[in-house]
Amino acid sequence: MKKTKITVAVSGLNNTDNPGPGIPVIRALRESDAFDVRIIGLAYENLEPGIYMHDVVDKVYQVPYPSIGSDKLLQRLAYIHSIEKIDVLIPNFDAELYSFISFEHKLHEMGIGTWLPTMEQFEERHKTKLPEYGKKYGVNVPHSRPINSIAEINSLTPEFSYPLLVKGKFYDAYVAFNPEQVSLYFNKIATKWGVPIIIQQFIRGTEVNVIALGDGKGNTIGAVPMRKQYITDKGKAWGGITLDDQNMLDLCHKILKKTKWKGGMELELIKTFDNKYYLIEINPRIPAWVYLAVGAGQNIPEAMVKLALGKKVKPFTTYESGKMFIRYSWDMIVDLKEFEQLSTNGEL
Amino acid sequence: MKLKKKIAVSETGFIFDPTTGDSFSLNPTAAEILNLLKDGKNEKEIKKEIMAEYDVDESTFERSFLDFMAMLRLYNMIEEHEEN
Amino acid sequence: MEKKHFERPIIKKLQTGMPNKFGMKTEYEPISEIDGASVKELVANYGSPLYVMSENTIRETYREAYRAFSTRYPKVQFAWSYKTNYMNAICNIFHTEGSWAEVVSGFEYDKAINNGVPPSKILFNGPDKSEKDLEKAIKHGSYIHIDHFDELYTIINLTNKIKERPKVAIRVNMDCGIYPLWSRFGFNYENGEAWEAINRIMLSKKIDLVGLHCHIGTYILAPWAYGIAASKLADLAVAIEKKFNHYVKYIDMGGGFASKNTLKGAFLPGSDTCPTFDQYADAITTALINSPINHEHLPVLMLESGRSLIDDAGYLVGTVLANKRLPEGKLATIIDIGVNLLFTSFWYDHKVTPAQQFSHHTEDTIIYGPLCMNIDIIRENVQLPPMKKGDNIVISRIGAYNMTQWMQFITLRPNIVLIDSKSKAHVIRGNETPDNIMKNELVPEHLKKFEL
Repeated sequence: MKKTKITVAVSGLNNTDNPGPGIPVIRALRESDAFDVRIIGLAYENLEPGIYMHDVVDKVYQVPYPSIGSDKLLQRLAYIHSIEKIDVLIPNFDAELYSFISFEHKLHEMGIGTWLPTMEQFEERHKTKLPEYGKKYGVNVPHSRPINSIAEINSLTPEFSYPLLVKGKFYDAYVAFNPEQVSLYFNKIATKWGVPIIIQQFIRGTEVNVIALGDGKGNTIGAVPMRKQYITDKGKAWGGITLDDQNMLDLCHKILKKTKWKGGMELELIKTFDNKYYLIEINPRIPAWVYLAVGAGQNIPEAMVKLALGKKVKPFTTYESGKMFIRYSWDMIVDLKEFEQLSTNGEL
Repeated sequence: MKLKKKIAVSETGFIFDPTTGDSFSLNPTAAEILNLLKDGKNEKEIKKEIMAEYDVDESTFERSFLDFMAMLRLYNMIEEHEEN
Repeated sequence: MEKKHFERPIIKKLQTGMPNKFGMKTEYEPISEIDGASVKELVANYGSPLYVMSENTIRETYREAYRAFSTRYPKVQFAWSYKTNYMNAICNIFHTEGSWAEVVSGFEYDKAINNGVPPSKILFNGPDKSEKDLEKAIKHGSYIHIDHFDELYTIINLTNKIKERPKVAIRVNMDCGIYPLWSRFGFNYENGEAWEAINRIMLSKKIDLVGLHCHIGTYILAPWAYGIAASKLADLAVAIEKKFNHYVKYIDMGGGFASKNTLKGAFLPGSDTCPTFDQYADAITTALINSPINHEHLPVLMLESGRSLIDDAGYLVGTVLANKRLPEGKLATIIDIGVNLLFTSFWYDHKVTPAQQFSHHTEDTIIYGPLCMNIDIIRENVQLPPMKKGDNIVISRIGAYNMTQWMQFITLRPNIVLIDSKSKAHVIRGNETPDNIMKNELVPEHLKKFEL
């Protein structure tokens, strides 16, 4: 079969010890049977490793942070599109999703395809709204509450018992054993991501995850459950294994069906010792460990690109359980010229 | 006052200081002044060249030159012991 | 040959890994004019600093808000929130657009009367109404929004000596699922206090209960919270109808809509996260229309939006007084606008824009005001192109609260001009003179003479 040539723009090239999904997504697309892809990397920072991986990324453009204002980001994307003719764009950072979803229709008008959740789906699964979410869709969730100031820390008990989790609205989560630690983490997270900070009851058990792709009509296009085998001090998986767990898949199908989820997602669940599942977070995008799903037989990024191009996609029904991924780090040698070029021209 | 010898300014206004590993960006005025400094020109000569080329009065130039030199010093780009 | 434009030389260390400011060559466009009036000329004619209000923006914003609500609900009435900006000219723009007046003190009440607002089109809010204020409002037939039981009993007592029947609404506070919960104003919904107050009013038989009022907070980014609030007020209205066979004339949803300013600590800019009037209107009107209120007796929907109607229309123009390099290498720019003129800089990261052309090279700058006080900081971190002494800057979205919460401190308060639809500037409040400030001062006889 002849492969279709397409251009895909991908962000999240930060393949660091807290990796973005960009590079694994690109690897998945490069292995596609259907597409011959040209990859445009979108970088926010000048040391994102993917910028310098020339066999992975064909061309890189720096883009302004969404915090500058989405109009500026959109202007830059329009400029890049005028040169590269982007067919599909896959944003991979949580912090940029709000902006991409809010101007998604403008991207479509420009001829750039995306497969993102709707603003309602994106908004209602916020960590701050997890209790309502659990109630609405009949899913167990740990008790949580957003706080906006340090002053609220003293009133956390008896509503919560220690230890508890202190989480940022986009990233970061810490376990705190006393109010002093809560206030420490509150400040740490608030300076980076702003308020509110989410306080969540800590639930004992094993963390398990599901990667999934929804077609926006309630159907699951792909879903692969995984357990992290090795976790870095940043809480990121450095090794993981696919699971054959029908309960997890059922829960995933239920959520996708009830919410008519559109786009990639990662469910973070805690499986307690009495086999109950608690939903602790929904990441509204493909997770960084997506390549494990590809290895287990579900090329989720490829399916997502097909959906974004308006093609029909047959749902995956199987995957191999017991497949593992082990992450490793790799030192590239980079010429200063490249850094200079990116830093002064914003392109490489 | 002399610029460290090893500092190179590229056409794009990018500087790399090989002794510290830091890199910097310059606006065109800064790049021009830095190149004049590299050529061994002193403040008086630089002032003359800049004032001939740009629409700037003496006191404005002096104030910005002073500030720029302070930044170069802060970034450790000035050879402090040129006698040695 | 013409000489090249001189830009102060700047050198910027490239922060590895840190957000590089690339791609923002178009981040700033200078603001060299406001509604067709040149900033330089405004400063030359009216001084610096200078408040500039845009009549066009006020009218456009008001019409946009009115359209959002009136296309969804048959009876909509706005009341201009005086405390947000009570310059008479500004109030009158709203009144010419059809807005009533919403006041929270005897002073504001008199201002509205002086502006020519009929007393029957004034909503009198707030916890501070003196007996005299109340008496006046009752006699004139204004709507009094009761904040607490002490006020309610004062009004009941006044009915013994005044023949006019007081027209009142009660302010209700409630849990709408948002933080913080404003429980200090009005009567609580959940604990039954509001219902209690309603019963006292209805059973007194001397007072007309005409409306229900709430005001759930300020800078509310969640339109759905208004939906919850509207449903709760609708439930009260239905309960009143059932028990007393009485229909309230209006439901007042107060204000609190966000403006496009960016709150300190927010990750995304306010221009991206601020809901539209349509979103607020949709939440409120859907809740009212879907409520069990008898559709033949739909109450008027009253709105007291302040900030969202006026913030965008205000600019504060200033001048660079000096640049200075802080010991850590950071650039400090001192301007003639202090926090006493820009109170909102305590909670917003205001947009600061130079008024003249510049290149895309920027420096991380801290902007200080001119007050000889450490807290006088307008922006702690802002990427600005190099500016020199005498350059002008424009601070945007300052129309709300700054002209009412400002303080006379160290120096005198400047002119406020209004740019009309033909780009003509009108002074709407003249700059203060030393005499304005000192004429009320008295020096006791024994302190009049001294030798140094």
